Amino acid sequence: MTVTSSSPPRHLPLTGSAPREKRRRPLGDGAIAALFIAPAMLGFAVFLLWPTLRGIWLSFTRFNLLTPPEWVGLANYERMVNDPIFWDSLKVTVEYVLVNIGVQTVAALGIAVLLHRLTQSSLLRGIVLTPYLMSNVVAGLVWLWMLDTQLGIGNEIIAGVGLDRIPFLADETWAIPTIALINVWRHVGYTALLLFAGLQAIPHDMYEAARVDGASEWRMFTRITMPLLRPVLAVVLIMTVIGSFQVFDTVAVTTAGGPANATNVLQFYIYGSAFGRFQFGYASAMSVALLVVLSVITIVQYRITRAGQTDLG
Amino acid sequence: MATTAPAPARSARPARRRPSFGRAVAWTTMGAIVLVTLLPFYWVLRTALSSNPGIAADPTSVLPVEPTGGGFERALGLQSTKEAVAQGGAGGGLDFWRYLLNSIVVSTLITVCQILFSAMAAYAFARLNWRGRNTVFALFLGGLMVPSIFTLLPNFVLVKELGLIDSLLGIALPTMFMTPFAVFFLRQFFMNIPLEVEEAALLDGAGRIRIFFRVLLPMASTPVITLAVLTYITSWNDYFWPLMVSYSDSSRVLTVALAMFRAQTPQSGFDWSGLMAATLIAALPMLLLFGVFARRIVSSISFTGLK
Repeated sequence: MTVTSSSPPRHLPLTGSAPREKRRRPLGDGAIAALFIAPAMLGFAVFLLWPTLRGIWLSFTRFNLLTPPEWVGLANYERMVNDPIFWDSLKVTVEYVLVNIGVQTVAALGIAVLLHRLTQSSLLRGIVLTPYLMSNVVAGLVWLWMLDTQLGIGNEIIAGVGLDRIPFLADETWAIPTIALINVWRHVGYTALLLFAGLQAIPHDMYEAARVDGASEWRMFTRITMPLLRPVLAVVLIMTVIGSFQVFDTVAVTTAGGPANATNVLQFYIYGSAFGRFQFGYASAMSVALLVVLSVITIVQYRITRAGQTDLG
Repeated sequence: MATTAPAPARSARPARRRPSFGRAVAWTTMGAIVLVTLLPFYWVLRTALSSNPGIAADPTSVLPVEPTGGGFERALGLQSTKEAVAQGGAGGGLDFWRYLLNSIVVSTLITVCQILFSAMAAYAFARLNWRGRNTVFALFLGGLMVPSIFTLLPNFVLVKELGLIDSLLGIALPTMFMTPFAVFFLRQFFMNIPLEVEEAALLDGAGRIRIFFRVLLPMASTPVITLAVLTYITSWNDYFWPLMVSYSDSSRVLTVALAMFRAQTPQSGFDWSGLMAATLIAALPMLLLFGVFARRIVSSISFTGLK
């Protein structure tokens, strides 16, 4: 995310004197800017800025939607720290993120490199992207069916080769990795295309030169592709990790948090606290915790991966 | 560095690389990826066209078993309750056309308004000179850092206070005016349009507002359409927020209805045929949209994602 707010302001000199005929005085830049920015500003203030402040405030209250919020200080946070289900759901979420991001990044990188080194076919790129057009709900339901223990084609194949059927979404050990992989299926094409775009920016001569020098594909990958792709990879990683932490839809339609809280990801627990038990204050406190976790992870990732620096040149 | 190599004989066509073991493996891998990507779509279709008893009798058949349109009829609410239950469905009334219309209304409202307002703001940030511009823009950018999940609960409280729970407007409202990303993305584009374009129009006596709508916005049609398609897909696929806001058919969108359809199907003797038909119907509009815009979407994802 290259922020270019430091570039010099580009604007036109006010040339309101040109037409001779008597017109209404043209509005100044300031007035027009106010007019143009008003709707976006309204949306920003009302649905982004205000909710952010209010969410933090609500986390210090007891609030059930029906009666006005009641200030309780740090009570929600104390409860959170002592709530084993909260820690459990945080653990489950982290487990999900690790599997999801780990597999997705490697797979996306593989697909991107294959697309880049093998063919320029835009048809293939389009095919790889199709799952991304599905909602998480659709992706969840499709795989719920494909992985069904009794009739799903996945288990039919497993049984066909003589192995035991796996209750992918009904088993405590399998459920989270399965959900993580379902979301890999949906998102990997998008991530691959982002990386593919990064690969396109690497000068083609470098590969030609390396090939002439007798370098293998693997060597070109480790010596050219990886170092030059690093900044793009870093940004993609930060984006996907943030997205991955917010998993909800797939869980909601496949396992609904079960079996035995095994897939009770943080988002799901927050949702349940708010809309199942009407503990909006407590749910807000957990949202704040998630926000803090995400911020810390982003900053750490940014530092570690040196996302802002490029290796080109 | 490469100049010492013996120049290969330049034939009319660039020399094809020799087929090698490595390339065969690479293409096989690519084939496997395509299979894993596309097979589920076919399997959904195959299941949707099968009958429930047929699915149970022959779970591995590549072709639909006992082909029937019953699944689609149930998904579209065309079967009587008795018929539906007889074929393994729940028989709960699902009004898919209603949900389809709701999804279209919500997604269109969000897309049209968000793009228009974001473009206007982007223009003000890119081309107009006003006090506090950089401060306000930095504030907008800061909005990129707030994960959407964080604002969902307070926004729900707000929409409830506004009396818009269970309305399509309530679903659309939070993203209708802007997203920091849309503003940021379009600002980049406006900054790259040559100043002369605008100067010429100013000299012709056009006002800023007219210039924006008649000159610059049409020039920005490519990024605008790209952004619009991606926004449409995102709002169409959204589940969490509509789930919070909608309680009845009047505001239920397809994703929520689909999850409901799943929850309604009987646990014993699951209505896979009906569920997959419903899934297909819910997914179809986006596949059609993709069919029309595929090339543009594919080539622009890099742009939207990283710039």
